Amino acid sequence: MMDWQALALSVKLSLVTLLFLLPIGIFFGRWLAYRQFWGKSLLQSILALPLVLPPTVLGYYLLVIFSPNQGLGLWLVNTFGTTLVFNFEGLVLASIIFNLPFAIQPMQRAFASIPREIREAAACCGMSPKQVLWRIELPLAWPGILSAMVMSFAHTLGEFGIVLMIGGNIPNETQTIAISIYDKVQAFDDHSASVMAFSLLLFSMLTISFTYWLSDRFERSHV
Amino acid sequence: MSDLAIHINLQQQQPIPLAVQLTCQPGELLALVGPSGSGKTTILRAIAGLYQPQNGSIVCQGEQWQNSAQHFFLAAYLRHVGLVFQNYALFPHMTVLNNIQHALLDIPKQQRKIQALQLLKTVHLEGFEQRYPKMLSGGQQQRVAVARALARKPKVLLLDEPFSAVDQVTRRKLYRELHALRQKLAMPMILVTHDLEESTLLADRIALLHKGEILQIGTPEFISAHPKTATVARLMDQHNLFTAQVLEHDEKIKKTRLHWQGMTVESAYQPKFPVNSQVCWMIQSANVLLHRCDRPSNGDKENPLHGSIIEYMENNGLANLLVEIDPQLKIHIAMNVPLHVAKRNQLGLGKKIGLSLLSEGIHLMPYQAIRRDDMYPI
Repeated sequence: MMDWQALALSVKLSLVTLLFLLPIGIFFGRWLAYRQFWGKSLLQSILALPLVLPPTVLGYYLLVIFSPNQGLGLWLVNTFGTTLVFNFEGLVLASIIFNLPFAIQPMQRAFASIPREIREAAACCGMSPKQVLWRIELPLAWPGILSAMVMSFAHTLGEFGIVLMIGGNIPNETQTIAISIYDKVQAFDDHSASVMAFSLLLFSMLTISFTYWLSDRFERSHV
Repeated sequence: MSDLAIHINLQQQQPIPLAVQLTCQPGELLALVGPSGSGKTTILRAIAGLYQPQNGSIVCQGEQWQNSAQHFFLAAYLRHVGLVFQNYALFPHMTVLNNIQHALLDIPKQQRKIQALQLLKTVHLEGFEQRYPKMLSGGQQQRVAVARALARKPKVLLLDEPFSAVDQVTRRKLYRELHALRQKLAMPMILVTHDLEESTLLADRIALLHKGEILQIGTPEFISAHPKTATVARLMDQHNLFTAQVLEHDEKIKKTRLHWQGMTVESAYQPKFPVNSQVCWMIQSANVLLHRCDRPSNGDKENPLHGSIIEYMENNGLANLLVEIDPQLKIHIAMNVPLHVAKRNQLGLGKKIGLSLLSEGIHLMPYQAIRRDDMYPI
């Protein structure tokens, strides 16, 4: 049957990831949309890397970087007495990195689609950059921001390879629903696997439909 | 008394060359006119603080907005400018009322609505408070944009081709509205347009721009009749532009004589051009007179020419003619006559007519080569 513990862990991981990704995505998305700077395409390529890299490869490198035996991982152990492998915090960091393109790219597109004149008109109305962000940019970009959030959420929920690499398979600590499904299949518990797989499928379908519906509605009312 | 004008001085080579020195008085409407790419909009953006030219100083109503010598540049949101964008740039997610209120964020909330409603009344948009921009016509959107620009209590009102996105009929109506509105406004107003007719209709003075440089400033009528150079004449859409040689200056009868294509032409007395020098000259279409077959007059003796009509177009109660004086030299003169005169004289393609160039209307300019395709830029 449904592994509620694993599901709860997955949802918690997704929500915590979102909490970090929202400001990161808005900052980078806006920055990339409005600014031209040296090395912009390089930065964009690096941020897009998780789209094409096998999750296990990314997970492997994170495992190497944060291994408590050397370098950064060792420094973390010595300085904070903590490690980022095989625990929940490590999973959060991994899923933030893995979701960067899913969060930043839609937000970047959303910010870029606001005509320059509208932001300039706001400045001419006497709005400070902060007021322009809150009153003009965020309300106009919110369908993009929302869809980025929904995508990242659904994506984290189903992530497998990177979680297995850096988190392992520790119940209630790093065993997410995707890994639990794998476990059930390995244990020939086909019924539980199919219940969980179908729930995940349904949930993903619903979130994506919801995002499309929202952005469609927004476009019809404002553009 | 404090200085309520705006003084603009912008100089740069790259990326867009600019050489601009302008003053616009309070209540005055100055039009920046020029072909696309002449830098009009860049100047407007520099005034608004949306673009920072390399060298420049802008002082508006005694307040410094830019002074590159002192590395001072006031951000756009701290300048009190009202800018009406070409496509209005209304906030699409806000109602009309909210759009205007967002230019009033510096006053207490209760007063914002009162003032916004007043402004909507000024631009004749009562009853549209709760509409969204996309529910409005182009003309209505423009009026919201004007109201929003005025809400800022601007020290200068900037209009960036505000009539280009509406149809002809609406445009004429908005011209009248702007004309009426500006009587009530006491700040300097700067209009960017590539439409000569529009600037002649609305502006007190025009500044003619070419490649980022101001070629001439003055009233539209004066620049049309007295362009400084042939380039200005061409930009002012003057078709009768030629080159000639100065023959003599007759101080007694206050005339200058020119040698032009084997003929002698008498012009207004302009002794600053030396005898024997090459010059450019022009005459406005309105200063070319038709010899009327039914009623010859004394004026017919003034620089008389004969030719045949090779282009005939009726427009707005006028007949626009292109007359070929000499088929070999391809000398063409553009002129217009009232439609009823054209009808009475049975003007039409191929008709042979006589015409006179009024000597007082012949204006001399320094010599520059004139290409044929420059003369008819249609």
